[in-house]
Amino acid sequence: MRQRLLATAIATALVAATAAACGAGDAADSKIHLSIATFGEFGYEDLLKQYQAEHPDIVITAHKVGQAAPHHQELFTKLAAGSGLDDVEAVEEGYLAQVLTKADKFNDLSKIGPADAGPDRWLPWKYDAGKSKDGKLIGYGTDIGPLAMCYRTDLLQQAGLPADADGVKALFASWQSYFAAGKTYAQKTGKAWFDTSTQIFNAMHNQHDVGYYDTNNTLVVSSNPDIKSDWDTVTQAIADKESAKLVSFSNEWQAGFKTGAFATTVCPAWMLGVVEQNSGPDNKGKWAVTDAFPNGGGNWGGSYLTVPLQSKHPKEAAALAAWLTAPAQQIKAFVAKGPFPSQVQALQAPELLNTTNAYFGGVKTGALYAEQAKKVAKAQYKGPQDGQIQDNVFAPALQAVEQGKSTADGWQQAVAGAEKAAK
Amino acid sequence: MTLTQLPARRPESATPAVARRDRWAKLDLKVSPYVYVAPFFVVFAVVGLFPLLYTGYVSLFDWQLGDDTAKFLGAGNYTELLTDAQFWNALANTVSIFLLSSVPQVIVAIGVAALLNTNLRLRTGFRMGVLVPYVASLVAVGIIFGNLFGVNYGLVNSVMDLIGIGPIDWQGNRLASHIAIATMVNWRWTGYNALIVLAAMQAIPPELHEAAMIDGAGPWRRFTNITLPMLRPTITFVVITSTIGGLQIFTEPKLFSAQPGSNTGGSTNQFQTVTLYLYQSAFENLRLGYASAIAWALFLVIVVAAVGNYFLTRRLSR
Repeated sequence: MRQRLLATAIATALVAATAAACGAGDAADSKIHLSIATFGEFGYEDLLKQYQAEHPDIVITAHKVGQAAPHHQELFTKLAAGSGLDDVEAVEEGYLAQVLTKADKFNDLSKIGPADAGPDRWLPWKYDAGKSKDGKLIGYGTDIGPLAMCYRTDLLQQAGLPADADGVKALFASWQSYFAAGKTYAQKTGKAWFDTSTQIFNAMHNQHDVGYYDTNNTLVVSSNPDIKSDWDTVTQAIADKESAKLVSFSNEWQAGFKTGAFATTVCPAWMLGVVEQNSGPDNKGKWAVTDAFPNGGGNWGGSYLTVPLQSKHPKEAAALAAWLTAPAQQIKAFVAKGPFPSQVQALQAPELLNTTNAYFGGVKTGALYAEQAKKVAKAQYKGPQDGQIQDNVFAPALQAVEQGKSTADGWQQAVAGAEKAAK
Repeated sequence: MTLTQLPARRPESATPAVARRDRWAKLDLKVSPYVYVAPFFVVFAVVGLFPLLYTGYVSLFDWQLGDDTAKFLGAGNYTELLTDAQFWNALANTVSIFLLSSVPQVIVAIGVAALLNTNLRLRTGFRMGVLVPYVASLVAVGIIFGNLFGVNYGLVNSVMDLIGIGPIDWQGNRLASHIAIATMVNWRWTGYNALIVLAAMQAIPPELHEAAMIDGAGPWRRFTNITLPMLRPTITFVVITSTIGGLQIFTEPKLFSAQPGSNTGGSTNQFQTVTLYLYQSAFENLRLGYASAIAWALFLVIVVAAVGNYFLTRRLSR
């Protein structure tokens, strides 16, 4: 009897699910149904309500995934399958290069988008990075991650290093001075200067005009002298015991913040919240953030909104994406959830410029990062497997050196891995 | 079960209608058993056999995810696989983790089962107790063990430091990482296997033990000469299932990684298993053809290992 009840329940559930699935696809009314897929926190919840209120003929379904990796995996799978994508799909910077190699499966937003979403809306490097090789605009920029440097004032003082806002400027003027200060710090305290060599290496790498690929999509890992020189510098710092050898975003890395295992860390705009959460209330006021970043600025992270060719309402989807990425809306998203806007006008908005961060000693973080965003000269060209090479080739190779592999063997591993990934 | 057990058939002189009914009955008798078992085979064909064969088909192509113009390679992916150092590395890791997990697991499971088979107080409580790890979510197990084996702040290293052995680099050291992952597997599966062995132990007729006792056999002698041989079919089963599971280890190394969810299996692929490499090839490098070739290679390895283990366990426990 119990079994039959169970069977009936399952059957009922199946029928209900099927009915619901069919129901969702039916657009019986005359309204236009749009869908948008994002990951993490874009801060769009209230904005989407507002858009639907202003456009009564449009109904929006929002799909939100917690993490970037599964979101993009699904994106590529559905792109390959030829169906199932939302009308608007968010793409993170690290996956953008891979998306751009499939540019023929996306709409050219410069053709179908509204006229007010022109190049002058965004910081030039942000806008340019969203274009494919043949000049199609694949994505509207949402947020960015301008780089600053976070450091522990108390730990720097203990080591006899200057820790005030002006004093650290000399320490963080160039990579050379940064690593020199780190060597001093490590020798005096016996503790590490930075959390992990991969963060530092990536920041250095992204400051070069040419990265892992040249603009012909040829892999230049072994021939680009900048990469080898960064590698040598960073692995030398590992040898000087400057690295805490904590894999970024691992549990150990989080614990390292609490115990003060390192004195500095690379801080893109979105990292402030991460630092605060990991360090905990006990360390409040000990961290500071400075706009002095070695060798100028840089960018790490940020996303784009794309409209795949699969969309049945490309024009309306592009209009929605353009509206969401307009300065007025991005400021609201920034206030709601904190993604740092990439739009020129938004960077001048008082809501942003007056934002302070109590955890970091009440410094005006909005204005600080707006300045850092302007320091980024141009976007480094990213080849098809750029993200893979960064995260799954160079990061592990640097970890291997931190775990005791020789720097020469580590370099071999990195070059061979990059060649394999690019194949 | 055979036709002879059925009532005698009607004589030939019956009316045509009856004859037809008779034919139907015959047909019913012959066909309906197949219809009854068909659902399983249909489902198996759709979700088991077809993907298996289609994977074989895909493995003959240079098939990128999202690529509409897949190029036929023939055996190209397989020849590449044979010279791929990362594949052999992954295979070695898989075998190493498999041996480190399955061998102690089966031995300990038999020991635990023997203990549970004695006259314990709270017997049912203990028997259920060994199954508790199996109930825990695999992801939770992976994350917790990843924490325990943390290099800098992990509990295991703290304890080792305390007793003076000094910390071990569970992430960087190849063998240490294999041991850590195998520990995870053993913790989860030993109790489960112990219960299966225990069930088989209880099915051994007590008369055999009594007779041996009268002949003067001690407990160890009875264990090796009666219990173990009688457990042979069960041990064969346990070994084969743990071979199949052990060679497909995926979640544990994926979550054990310092960066949980990474597919590289450590900084130098020191604990990347074959399934992890397969996953990386398919969904990170988007090379579906190559990943399919890995899948087939793994399939063959598992078949060989399972058959090999079958004969090995038969001989060992004879």
